[in-house]
Amino acid sequence: MSIYLDKNSKVIVQGITGTEGSYHTARMLAYGTNVVGGVTPGKGGQKSDHGLPVFNTVAEAVAATGATHTCIFVPPPFAADALFEAHAAGISFAVCISEGLPVHDVLRVVAATPGMQIIGPNCPGLISPGKSSIGIMPGHIFKEGDVGLISRSGTLTYEVVDLLTRAGFGQSTCVGIGGDPIIGTVFVDCLRDFANDPQTKAIVICGEIGGSDEEDAAAFIAEHLPNTPIVAFIGGRNAPPGKSLGHAGAIISGNFGTPESKIKAFQAANVPVADRPSQIPALLAEALKKKG
Amino acid sequence: MNLMEYQGKELFKRVGIPVPRSQHCKTAQEAADFVAANPGKWVIKAQVLMGGRGKAGKIKFATDADEALKAATEIMATPMPPNRQNPAGEAINSLLVEETLDIAKEAYCAIAIDRTTKKPVFMVSKFGGMDIEDVAHDHPESIAKAFVDVAGGYWSYIGRDLAFASDLDPGFRKALPGIVGGLYELFFKYGAKLVEINPLALTADGKVIASDSKVELDDDALFKNPEFKQWQQTLPLDEDETLATAAGLGIRNFRRFPGTVGTMANGAGLAMATMDAVKNAGGEIANFLDIGGGANAERVRNCYELVMNNTDAKVFFVNIFGGITRGDEVAKGIVQALGETTSRKVPLVIRLTGTNEKEGREILAANGFTPVETMDEGAAQAVKIAAGA
Repeated sequence: MSIYLDKNSKVIVQGITGTEGSYHTARMLAYGTNVVGGVTPGKGGQKSDHGLPVFNTVAEAVAATGATHTCIFVPPPFAADALFEAHAAGISFAVCISEGLPVHDVLRVVAATPGMQIIGPNCPGLISPGKSSIGIMPGHIFKEGDVGLISRSGTLTYEVVDLLTRAGFGQSTCVGIGGDPIIGTVFVDCLRDFANDPQTKAIVICGEIGGSDEEDAAAFIAEHLPNTPIVAFIGGRNAPPGKSLGHAGAIISGNFGTPESKIKAFQAANVPVADRPSQIPALLAEALKKKG
Repeated sequence: MNLMEYQGKELFKRVGIPVPRSQHCKTAQEAADFVAANPGKWVIKAQVLMGGRGKAGKIKFATDADEALKAATEIMATPMPPNRQNPAGEAINSLLVEETLDIAKEAYCAIAIDRTTKKPVFMVSKFGGMDIEDVAHDHPESIAKAFVDVAGGYWSYIGRDLAFASDLDPGFRKALPGIVGGLYELFFKYGAKLVEINPLALTADGKVIASDSKVELDDDALFKNPEFKQWQQTLPLDEDETLATAAGLGIRNFRRFPGTVGTMANGAGLAMATMDAVKNAGGEIANFLDIGGGANAERVRNCYELVMNNTDAKVFFVNIFGGITRGDEVAKGIVQALGETTSRKVPLVIRLTGTNEKEGREILAANGFTPVETMDEGAAQAVKIAAGA
C-alpha cells in the first residue's frame, strides 16, 4: 500500500504537448507511472511525442481511458480552469504543478470541487516509490519503504529523501504539498491518510516558516498520532521578519509563522525537530526505537 | 502590489463604498487651484505607500488657496523619512485633496485571506484609526471575524452579524452590510489579497464613509486587470527587489545580508536550508538566492553576477538539487558564467546532484571544478574559505 497513488492509478496529463508537460510525461512513463493519455484543446486525435492519445477535453479523456488522476502543467492563468474541468469530468485526484495561480482562483477551486483531492498548486507532485510518480520529482533518489514524507518545499524534499535513502530508509509515499498560502492538501490531510496506510510506519514532516500548517499538524499529532514515530524539520530559521523568501507563503509577520512557534508546537507534541536536514535519519532511527 | 490611498479609493468608488469628495493632484499649485475653485475645509494628504504620514507631517489642513499652497508645498518639499522597513524613505509625487470629515466615531473594517480555513475572512473592530496589530494585541476580543463560504458568496446577514458582534456604534449598522459587500466584490473582482478601511468614519451627520484605504493586489492576478499596470510603474521596489527584477528573477527570490558567504540554490526551501546550513557551519551569509525552476545557463550567469556585484561575498556556495532544474544546464551555466563574466571572481563551492547529475559533474570536472557531495560539506568548505580569504 501507499497513499493517493499506486501502480494501477490511471493518470492523464493536462498540457501534455507543452514543453514541460511533454518532458515530465516522458520521465513519469520512464518511472513506471500508468500515464494513459493527455489533454490539449484543439489537438484531439493526435498522438503525443510518447505515442499517447491526446484528447480535446478531460471528459473525453476520462471516457476513453478511465483515468482517475490528472497532472496539470498548463500556464497559471488557465490552471484553475483546468482543475474545474478535471472535477467536472469526474477526476478524483489532481496534482497542479503550475506556479503563479491567482490566489482567488485557488480559493474558488478548493471551495467548489468536492470529492476531488488537490495537491498544490505550485508543488513538485508526489511519488509512491517503486510504483508510480506524478509530477516532477527525480525518481532515482527514492526507494520503496515505510517512511511517509510530507513537505512544503520542492528541492528541500529531494534533499531529505536523498538523505533518507542513503541512510537505508525507504519511503511509502512522498507528497510535496506546495509552498503557496492556499493549497488543496495540507499536512493534516496527509497525516490522517498516512495513519490509515499499513505500509507507512514512520513520518517525516518538512515545514517552513509562515502560516500555521505546522502548528496544526503538531496539534493533530498530539491528539491522534501520539505513538507514531514522526520527525520534523523547519526551513528558513534565519529568515528576516516581514520579507518573504521565495515562497509567497514563507513570510514571518508579527508573531505569526515564526520558526520558534513551530518548533515549540512540535516539541510539545513529542516530535523531535532536526536542526538541519542531515540530522533527520538519526532522529528517525531514534523515534522508531522509542515508538516503533 | 500595494496601492496608494487615492488608487484604493478609486476602487472603493467602483464597488459603491462611500469615500470623501476629493481631487488627486500632481503639484502643489494644482492643489491650491482646486481649493480656490472649491471653497471649504480640506485636508491635503501625501500619496505614498509607507505608513506614518500623520506623524511625518505629511497630512495638513487648509481652508483657502493660500493655506493649501503652503501646506502642499511643505508636504512635497521633503520625501517621507526612512523607517526600518523602508530605509530609503519614499518620494512624494502626488497629493490627495479631500473634504474634511466631521468624525463622530471610527471603526476598522477589512477583508483578507485565511490560510487555515482557506476562506476570505472579514475583520471588524470598534477600535478604528489605530494600528490593527496593536488592537489585536491589546483588545483581541474586540475583533469580530466572519469566514465566507466562497461557493455561496457574500450575503447581507454577514455584515449585520459583524456589526452586532463587534459592538459597533448603532450609527454604523445600516451601512455596514453594503460596505462589507463592497469589500467582497473588490476582493474578487480586482484580485485583492488585503483590503483595509481604517478608519471607517461615522460622521456627525450620520454618514458612514471610508476615510482611508489600504489595498494589496495579487501580482499573479494582474493579467485579469491590465489597467492596473499603469499604477504598478509608480510603485517603488526596494533595492533587493529591483536587483532581483533586473537579473530576471522574481522579486522575492533575492535578499542581501551583511555576511561573506554568497549562496545560490534552486527552490526557496533549499535556498532557505542553504542559508541555515551556512549559519550552522559558523558562517555569515551574504544573500538568499532562489534561482527558481528550469534554470538555464544565462540565468545562472545573471545570478552569479548579481551576488558578486552587490554583496561582500568572498566565496560562492552553489547548492543545486535537480528536479525540474537539470544538472548539466547548471554546470554549463557555471562554466559559461565564469568564462564570460566581467564581475570579480571568487572561489566556488559547488554541490550538484539530482537530474542529470553525472553529466553536470563531468562538465564541471572537465573545467577544473570539484563538486562536493553534501550540503553540510559544502557549507563547511565555503565557511572555511570565507574565513581564510
